[in-house]
Amino acid sequence: MPEISVKTENLVRNFGSFVAVNQVNIEVYQKEIFGFLGANGAGKTTMIRMLCGLLKPSSGKATVGGLDVYRQSEQIKRSIGYMSQKFSLYEDLTVEENINFYGGIYDLNQKRIQKKRDEIFFSLGMGDYARTLTYDLPLGFKQRLALGCALLHDPRILFLDEPTSGVDPKARRDFWEIIHQTVALGTTIFVTTHFMEEAEYCHRVFIMDAGKIIALDTPTKLKNRYKKKSMQEVFVTLVEKQQEKKTNPMPDSNDKMS
Amino acid sequence: MSLSKDRISAIARKEFFHIIYDFRTLFIIFLMPVVQLIIFGYALNLEIQRVDMAVVDLARSTQSRKLVGQFSGSKFFRPFFYQGRLDDLEDLFKSREAKVAMVIPFDFERKLQNETSVQVQFLVDASDANAAILIRNYCNQVIMDYNENRGVKLPLPFDLRSTILFNPELKSSHFFVPGVIAMILIMISALLTSITISREKETGTMEQILVSPVRPLEIISGKVIPYIVLAFLDAAVILLVGLVVFKVPFKGSLFLLTGLTVLYILTALSLGLLISTQARTQQVAMMMALLITLLPTVMLSGLVFPIASMPKLLQYLTYLIPARYFLLIVRGIMLKGSVFSQLLGPCFFLALLTLILLGVSVKRFNMNLER
Amino acid sequence: MKVIEITDYCKRYDGVAAVEGVTLKVEYGELFGLIGPDGAGKTTLLRAICTLLTPDEGKILVMGKDVTQSIMDIRSLVGYMPQRFSLYQDLSVEQNLRFFADLFGVTEGKRERRLLQLFEFSRLAPFKKRKAGELSGGMKQKLSLSCALIHTPEILVLDEPTYGVDPISRQEFWEILRSIQKEKTTILVSTAYMDEADLCDRVALMHQGKITMVGTPEKIKASFHYHLYRLEGKDVRFLRDFFQKLPSVRSTQLFGDTVHVSFCKKPALSDWKNWQRDSRGNLKRWASQPPSMEDVFMESTEKER
Ligand SMILES: Nc1ncnc2c1ncn2[C@@H]1O[C@H](COP(=O)(O)OP(=O)(O)OP(=O)(O)O)[C@@H](O)[C@H]1O
Ligand SMILES: [Mg+2]
Repeated sequence: MPEISVKTENLVRNFGSFVAVNQVNIEVYQKEIFGFLGANGAGKTTMIRMLCGLLKPSSGKATVGGLDVYRQSEQIKRSIGYMSQKFSLYEDLTVEENINFYGGIYDLNQKRIQKKRDEIFFSLGMGDYARTLTYDLPLGFKQRLALGCALLHDPRILFLDEPTSGVDPKARRDFWEIIHQTVALGTTIFVTTHFMEEAEYCHRVFIMDAGKIIALDTPTKLKNRYKKKSMQEVFVTLVEKQQEKKTNPMPDSNDKMS
Repeated sequence: MSLSKDRISAIARKEFFHIIYDFRTLFIIFLMPVVQLIIFGYALNLEIQRVDMAVVDLARSTQSRKLVGQFSGSKFFRPFFYQGRLDDLEDLFKSREAKVAMVIPFDFERKLQNETSVQVQFLVDASDANAAILIRNYCNQVIMDYNENRGVKLPLPFDLRSTILFNPELKSSHFFVPGVIAMILIMISALLTSITISREKETGTMEQILVSPVRPLEIISGKVIPYIVLAFLDAAVILLVGLVVFKVPFKGSLFLLTGLTVLYILTALSLGLLISTQARTQQVAMMMALLITLLPTVMLSGLVFPIASMPKLLQYLTYLIPARYFLLIVRGIMLKGSVFSQLLGPCFFLALLTLILLGVSVKRFNMNLER
Repeated sequence: MKVIEITDYCKRYDGVAAVEGVTLKVEYGELFGLIGPDGAGKTTLLRAICTLLTPDEGKILVMGKDVTQSIMDIRSLVGYMPQRFSLYQDLSVEQNLRFFADLFGVTEGKRERRLLQLFEFSRLAPFKKRKAGELSGGMKQKLSLSCALIHTPEILVLDEPTYGVDPISRQEFWEILRSIQKEKTTILVSTAYMDEADLCDRVALMHQGKITMVGTPEKIKASFHYHLYRLEGKDVRFLRDFFQKLPSVRSTQLFGDTVHVSFCKKPALSDWKNWQRDSRGNLKRWASQPPSMEDVFMESTEKER
């Protein structure tokens, strides 16, 4: 039985009367790439923010690395890395200064920071941009820098919220190469994406719609179950079915009413 | 619960980069006090010179002419004789031909010779209250000089002397340089700290910091340190301009002033922090900071209006204004040469205010994205 | 008539060329795609067309007018959606949309029709009253897009419009683009999605500030002159690494649960048999595959890396 890294039980998050995350139960294993799919507004970011301690759950339970998100968020923060969907590094600082800063707040010593910085420059092809103001970076390079900074302190669990959005096809493959290398070192990776071929690179995927789970399994099993050739087709079929249900309620529920 | 020195210095260093890269703001920070000094030092100059004075000399005697001579001899007044009816004096004020009138009674000479006290009436145009107070004080001073020349010592109310004792030339810049220091420091410190934190909320960079193991107190300390340095440098610039350009005297200990300035900066920074815990955008932070610092500091600290002449309710309110205490401190040290033991009161209040503000803001500092 | 005519355009930042000697013509009523790796200079070029940047060298004509001279004329013709288009975060979805409709003077009847269509694609109808600042990232992007599409300018310039938009909305977004194009609007769009590039009438591929290829997607795909195969097997990453090492292999790429391998020379059946054996049974199926835009993209950026 593999070690459980993230676990939620009936996790709920409301914004006023709106339910953004609705009774979600998941178990994520250590060393797993856990893909997180869903239409815009499905609740992916809200889920991740709750697990990172940025938002409080409205109800339900959640543990990250065995630690409780309600009571132990301080300890959780030590072992996680997070790359937010909206770019959140300092645009008025240079690439190098950003790296130094994040190294600093994670208490890395100068030598470690230096080593990590060289790694980022090399593996993400950012060497030319070391002294560039982050504001002037092309979008794809901002994403690379953000990924680099999230990895600086070798987190045990990594949350990546749309890391490859706005990144070119070549760099997207490089990102996934890094994700695979990181997992091989024992990290758990939680990743959201709107690129369906990237869903194929995940060990298991989790499809959400309007705050609820609509599927959770390995890509192969999902494709077999729904008799589809690709995750793209699986996703479109599943989500469209949900949205049809919403617009014209199921006939059998109508029957019960009459 | 130990704080990490490295993390604090990482934040401080980053904050420092923000400051030096934004050179326009930096420029304003150092230009603003100079502009303010010029405004207060020259444009808003409250020194009175060559005030038109209507003289109604009913005595028409040698002594009365000497008294008038005393006034025209001082650089403050420009007396002229008024021949009209006493009841029409008011019209002179209305047409702004005079700001003050002096009425010398018939029996002036006789009473003087009998060494009984004489009453000379002064009518002051108090439509500008501050000027009126000054004019009254000047008049008193001239009368005192007149008495001294005559070799008599008349008992004069003590408080009258004390208003001008430490500023014998009645230079308003001596009052305003300390005032500008107090004002600029609180504005810069409160405004800039509240803006830097709300900016991180607005642009989303706070999100990335909040998922790291940084503690609220570390974020706060790291953010505040560069601004202490900045505010301190700014204070030094103002002081230097004050001493060199406006020739403000400096009687006390520079060392003491330095220490207490840091205390005041801390108060202002804590105020800024408190604002930033409430404001979600830079704009709100800026408005709040201006509302809370600029107006009360100018109006209620004793910078422009003497606290003693305020309504009681406002007087109580002034206890909440950090600049009130700092003004006492700077004026005390610079103009009177006060030592620490004489400033214990204001220091105590300032420290208390800082602790309260800091405590509340650390407690209210939001460590997640909830409102 | 040429709607956009760029001749030898150069733009430098601190002496470093962001765009270098670009010459490009966009025809009337065309849906024109701009693709290229991050930092290739796409945004710079789009901004220049919208009169937001002046050229260091060369010339850009929009509807025959020079972008450095007829700035206001051009701006009234061109609808531009920048990469980082921010809405009014404190206004509701509906207020934002109405504001932009008013701003562009969209008539009442046309507005309602377009709004219906836009809500269909964005699925934001249930959230009309929600503040823009409280939307999810992708919903914000869809709202920005809707605001940009509420009017029908002569020329529409969109910089990575589908950034963060989910696959279903993306499909519907492209249907809207098509319908706008039918109203005789010329559309210029940059994208990081190669399946979207396939939907354009013509595509230009940019690399390091230069345009390396222009043409219909078919023509561009036909320029790929290696033998492309799609491989399936147990462990695709192992397969990729295995083929990467072979001398006859030009390049290998992961494509979801398959590997695309391009060979310089068409392999014989015996080769496949050998590889099946050498890959320890990892290779299950292989089939010749027509190249996709993504294959061409990978190949063209690989060359110079
Ligand atoms: N602060 C907030 N106040 C009100 N509603 C919110 C807030 N934050 C998120 N929501 C709502 O919660 C829902 C889920 O948002 P979330 O950001 O989790 O979506 P997502 O799955 O990450 O979508 P995307 O793919 O677009 O990033 C959305 O309907 C959004 O409008
Ligand atoms: Mg999201």
